[in-house]
Amino acid sequence: MKIQEADAKSLLVEQGLPVPGWEVVRSAQEARQAAERAFAGGASLVVIKAQVLVGGRGKAGGVKVAPDADAAEAAARAILALEIKGIPVRKLLVGPAADIVREYYLGAIVDRVSRRIVVMASAEGGVEIEEVAKVNPGAIHRLEAHAHLGLLDWQARQLAFAVGLGGAHLKDFVLIAKGLVTTMLANDADLVEVNPLAVVRETAPDGTTLERLACLDAKITLDDSALFRHPALEALRDLDEEDPVDRQAREEGINFIKLDGSIGCMVNGAGLAMTTMDLVKRAGGEPANFLDIGGGARADKVAAAMRLILADPQVTAILVNIFGGITRGDEVARGLIEARAVQARDVPMVVRIVGTNAAEAATLLEANHFATASSLDDAAAKAVAAAQAAAIAASTAATGRGPGQ
Amino acid sequence: MSILVGRETRLVVQGITGREGEFHSRAMLDYGTRIVAGVTPNKGGQQALDGQVPVFDTVAEAVRKTAANTSCIYVPAAGAPDAIEEAAAAGIATIFCITEGIPALDMLKAVEVVRAAGARLIGPNCPGATSPGRAKVGIIPGSVHREGGAGVVSRSGTLTYEAVQAMTDAGIGQSTCVGIGGDPIIGTTFLDILKLFAADPETNAIVLIGEIGGSAEEEAAAWAAEHLRDVPMAAFIAGRTAPEGRRMGHAGAIISGGSGSAADKIAALEAAGIRVAGSPTEIPAILRAAGYRD
Repeated sequence: MKIQEADAKSLLVEQGLPVPGWEVVRSAQEARQAAERAFAGGASLVVIKAQVLVGGRGKAGGVKVAPDADAAEAAARAILALEIKGIPVRKLLVGPAADIVREYYLGAIVDRVSRRIVVMASAEGGVEIEEVAKVNPGAIHRLEAHAHLGLLDWQARQLAFAVGLGGAHLKDFVLIAKGLVTTMLANDADLVEVNPLAVVRETAPDGTTLERLACLDAKITLDDSALFRHPALEALRDLDEEDPVDRQAREEGINFIKLDGSIGCMVNGAGLAMTTMDLVKRAGGEPANFLDIGGGARADKVAAAMRLILADPQVTAILVNIFGGITRGDEVARGLIEARAVQARDVPMVVRIVGTNAAEAATLLEANHFATASSLDDAAAKAVAAAQAAAIAASTAATGRGPGQ
Repeated sequence: MSILVGRETRLVVQGITGREGEFHSRAMLDYGTRIVAGVTPNKGGQQALDGQVPVFDTVAEAVRKTAANTSCIYVPAAGAPDAIEEAAAAGIATIFCITEGIPALDMLKAVEVVRAAGARLIGPNCPGATSPGRAKVGIIPGSVHREGGAGVVSRSGTLTYEAVQAMTDAGIGQSTCVGIGGDPIIGTTFLDILKLFAADPETNAIVLIGEIGGSAEEEAAAWAAEHLRDVPMAAFIAGRTAPEGRRMGHAGAIISGGSGSAADKIAALEAAGIRVAGSPTEIPAILRAAGYRD
């Protein structure tokens, strides 16, 4: 689960990391007031940042600085009018803009290759780390932290020296790097990223300046499998940005991902569900969704899955592919029969059920006049043919003339 | 021979008195697997599966009294990492964890414990392994198999059944079929299993079934190019049509930052001389074309 920058920053602050202050606002007027408070606190510039769960905010015009309250209000208005990668901007972060001396990258990930926490640091901060990895992989310094021990002091020092943050900033860097891993462990995050981590210049009221490290941006991804033990973090889910269909699927406990095609797919098992999509494409069709009803799915879950598929108006044919192991074929067949009796619209359906209780399923499906298929390839071909026939029928209805007339 | 499970397997089932544990233990017994013990804390002294299997409070006790050497875990996600660690500490050599939905950081910790104990963990979020005609551990339906010499390794569950059924229908039997699991953090990788198959005299062909996410298929391909030149191989990769940035059911099945795509994996496998099937039904023909003989 992705969370917004402001929420990620709160999690860093909880672990004692240095993050400049901020407020989250939802209107230009509120942005103005937040800016006024920042200026009153001594800021000479404020930053206004779109809060959306997609990357590339800066390039899209979603991050601006302003020298006074009027400019802040105007900038906020402009950003709130944006859609960034299809997401309308609804919230803004407003805070004092830092006087940046130099930017660094610092991140921690759950690494699937080493099966350890990998902490990465780079002196090339403020740009996307994937870009640095492509252009100058040697600039990224990595080391492994033990999940039981966290990042050790000497490891953090090693990273500090590697990116040139020894000397005056050494102690702070060690605290921040260890804090990143602590943040990961405390919240079951699979990614904690501070980019940029920056050396910033601050001016005291007496005019003297000092330089210190600060976390200017934060990105955290939480492990969905661990949310059950973090009820407070579940509340950070941004429902504004969640597609309503995704939300319905999540609440029904069904793995569902909407795609752009016309053939709805219902499958048990994630690997087989992906394969079914791939074979639809191979047979000349386009899958409308990924849907895994999971192991041991019963009739009511099948009916819920059918509702999700049919809620997509683009769906003109449905392919059901079940390889029964834990899942019993006759249960699925019963679910399909129930679902069809109450479904909102009639869509051609091709059903293939093999494995556990396949013979009972076949009897039920035949008695209820379902189109069936024996092999997966055959099922995909039949579903694609049905979708193509539906497309021809639709164009005929639209023009009032049949093909060839 | 065969790998991981066989006639020498003495299985302890952790979570044997739960719904899943009991159901699948019965199927394993029916298949001929030697289940010597079950473990459920506070149910020690009971008998499971109609008096056929003694239940112990701890894995250590089960090992002491029954010489169990393999464990299969059906414990829910919140308790499964602890079950893995208990098995490793008790000296179990091969631990299968079927459980889905274990937090990744818990798995990092469990993997450290397994490493320190010198044990092998398969999974989690995996269907287990079957050596046809000898033993099955996990949830793979016994009916899909046929005895033979092709080794199968896969990140998936039902997709594995599909591919294995296609092989069985085409007359290609299996030495061992292993599901390594769909999570990002798993105990045993494709590469580990390829090495075991390479050392198994009864495995004379290998099928690798991968999917999007991570780079384990690429690593396996690179090793196979060097060490398995003489072994007939076939592969399948699920997720050619999967969009970037979305988790496709399995926690580990995600294309992120442009890496982990099906196209990359297929290219790596083909470059290693391993043909990738467009459909699971093509696997038998590819194996035969690669030199597989019955």
